[in-house]
Amino acid sequence: MNFTRKTVFVALAGLMAAGVAQAQLVKVDGSSTVYPVTEGVAEEFQKAKKGAMKVTVGISGTGGGFKKFCRGETDVQNASRPITAKEMEDCAKAGVKYYEIPVAFDALTVVVNPKSTIKQLTIAELKTMWEPAAQGKVTKWNQVNPSFPDAPLKLFGAGADSGTFEYFSEAVTGKAKSSRGDYTASEDDNVLVQGVQRDVNAIGYFGYAYYAENKNKLKAVAIVNAAGKAVEPSEAAVIDGSYNPLARPILIYVSEAGYKRPEVKEFVEYYLKHGAQMAKEVKYVPLPAKSYELSADHLKKGKLGTVFGGKNEIGIKIEELLAREAKL
Amino acid sequence: MSLPAEEIAAIRANIASRKIRDLIFTGIGILCLGIAMMTIAALFVDMLVTGWERLRPEFFTEFPSRRAGQAGILSAWVGSVLVMLVTAAVAVPLGVAAGIWLEEYAPKHWITDVIEININNLAGVPSIIYGLLALGLFVYTFGLGQSVRTAGLTLALLILPVVIVATREAIRSIPQMIREAAYALGATKWQTVKDHILPYSMPGILTGIIIGLSRAIGETAPIITIGALTFIAFLPPAPITDVAPYVSFEWLKAPFTVMPIQIFNWTSRPDPNFHQNAAAAGVILVAMTLSMNALAIWLRYRLRKNIKW
Repeated sequence: MNFTRKTVFVALAGLMAAGVAQAQLVKVDGSSTVYPVTEGVAEEFQKAKKGAMKVTVGISGTGGGFKKFCRGETDVQNASRPITAKEMEDCAKAGVKYYEIPVAFDALTVVVNPKSTIKQLTIAELKTMWEPAAQGKVTKWNQVNPSFPDAPLKLFGAGADSGTFEYFSEAVTGKAKSSRGDYTASEDDNVLVQGVQRDVNAIGYFGYAYYAENKNKLKAVAIVNAAGKAVEPSEAAVIDGSYNPLARPILIYVSEAGYKRPEVKEFVEYYLKHGAQMAKEVKYVPLPAKSYELSADHLKKGKLGTVFGGKNEIGIKIEELLAREAKL
Repeated sequence: MSLPAEEIAAIRANIASRKIRDLIFTGIGILCLGIAMMTIAALFVDMLVTGWERLRPEFFTEFPSRRAGQAGILSAWVGSVLVMLVTAAVAVPLGVAAGIWLEEYAPKHWITDVIEININNLAGVPSIIYGLLALGLFVYTFGLGQSVRTAGLTLALLILPVVIVATREAIRSIPQMIREAAYALGATKWQTVKDHILPYSMPGILTGIIIGLSRAIGETAPIITIGALTFIAFLPPAPITDVAPYVSFEWLKAPFTVMPIQIFNWTSRPDPNFHQNAAAAGVILVAMTLSMNALAIWLRYRLRKNIKW
């Protein structure tokens, strides 16, 4: 049994070889919504550095990612919502300080079947549909609005662990994670796309990118904003702030300790330079150039912390965000 | 003395009806088999048709990319192979040794009974539980990090019961007289095990190992739990270096991704071109599993030929 003895030896020797070999490695983790942007930046960054600096990107969800980030395990955190008060506390306890960098805007899109007669919805109507009290009671379209058809209401939405669910439920019902439970939930947005595509009476919501790739199979519903105007999701509507309140910022958080390492510093600088183009490529709305300049300025001047104060801000517009960033 | 004609007719009718029932049962059996085979074939063909365009040599040599057309599975298949190496290196010696001890050496009392029951129960524990155990034990307590070695050890734990059970079954099928003959000629227990029991049970043990590894290569849940990465566009350090001692185990500590995670990530992307990539990667994962099974069959055949009782 020479073979067995050898393999045991090899395995043991390998496992005992200690030491940390993480030179020049940038660790990114967090939201799946931000993932496509960061992936694009990481890909180009590694090509530009010709392999001298390496980047890994994981998907643990915004919440799961923050747990790792606040333990100091990762350098950069992808977040589809601002850091919460609880997470700020965790980070503070572990001594993890961070820079907050908005990288793009996403328009949460409400979609229906192309054959559906629904063209626009108000937030109040969405609330009637999605609030916890609707569970088992609101089952027909005409219960939402008497002018809607007398047809069954089939709901498709994000799973309870996602930042998308948190944002949508808070925007619609006023309280995060408060939603009815009797709808088809999936963490995989393609399941939702298929569900709405197959059923004339279906309605669902997800990030704009999934709608953009499936425009021929789905119809986006215009959302009536605070000014009383029905606006369909689009890049222009997000930039001028009229697509409201379902437009949300997506961000990255960079740990201060990580930023002192050259590879993290260069990666973040690369992100600020190319993030806008990458966001556009994966169908998110890039921020104005001024926003990236502000973030670069924060990094340079060592301005740490968040501008959201531990709350999820519903319906924040790009301009407001910029104003706040400028004040940090 | 012959039977009355009507009695013979009754017997004939009885036989005929039994034959028909026999035929019906055969038909049902073939139908069931057909449904099972058709399902697998349909799934595979569907994946093959969807992914065909992407099954090009570049697909194996490119790293993942945000552009579906340029994305490949290099880091995923290398990761899968490396993790399997660690898994095999840990699970095989441990599992085979445990199987031999339980079958040949262990005294028969309640402690061994408890161990036996536990091993059988372990085989039925959902794989995510192993992931949680590994996250707490390997990643945080032992500080092995989210690395190839952590994944290898986790999957080794997962398939350990399979290897142990297979080893025991294989050893049990060796006739008692082989052992008695060895002892009669003055062989010690270890000599008997080393020269007779192990070689004769090798075909069965190998089958168990390969079944275990085939299961491990498709596992996603425990690997995600310990924190495998989704985007990784570099390979672990090479095991052979140009400076003494020429062998490096740095790759054990490297971050990694594996095939099932890459497939999972691609299926959940908005761009439908990524779904093509997922199908192509699925075909390759199935091919990897099938070739492992083929290897097992071939090895078993080769080893069986050498056994002459």
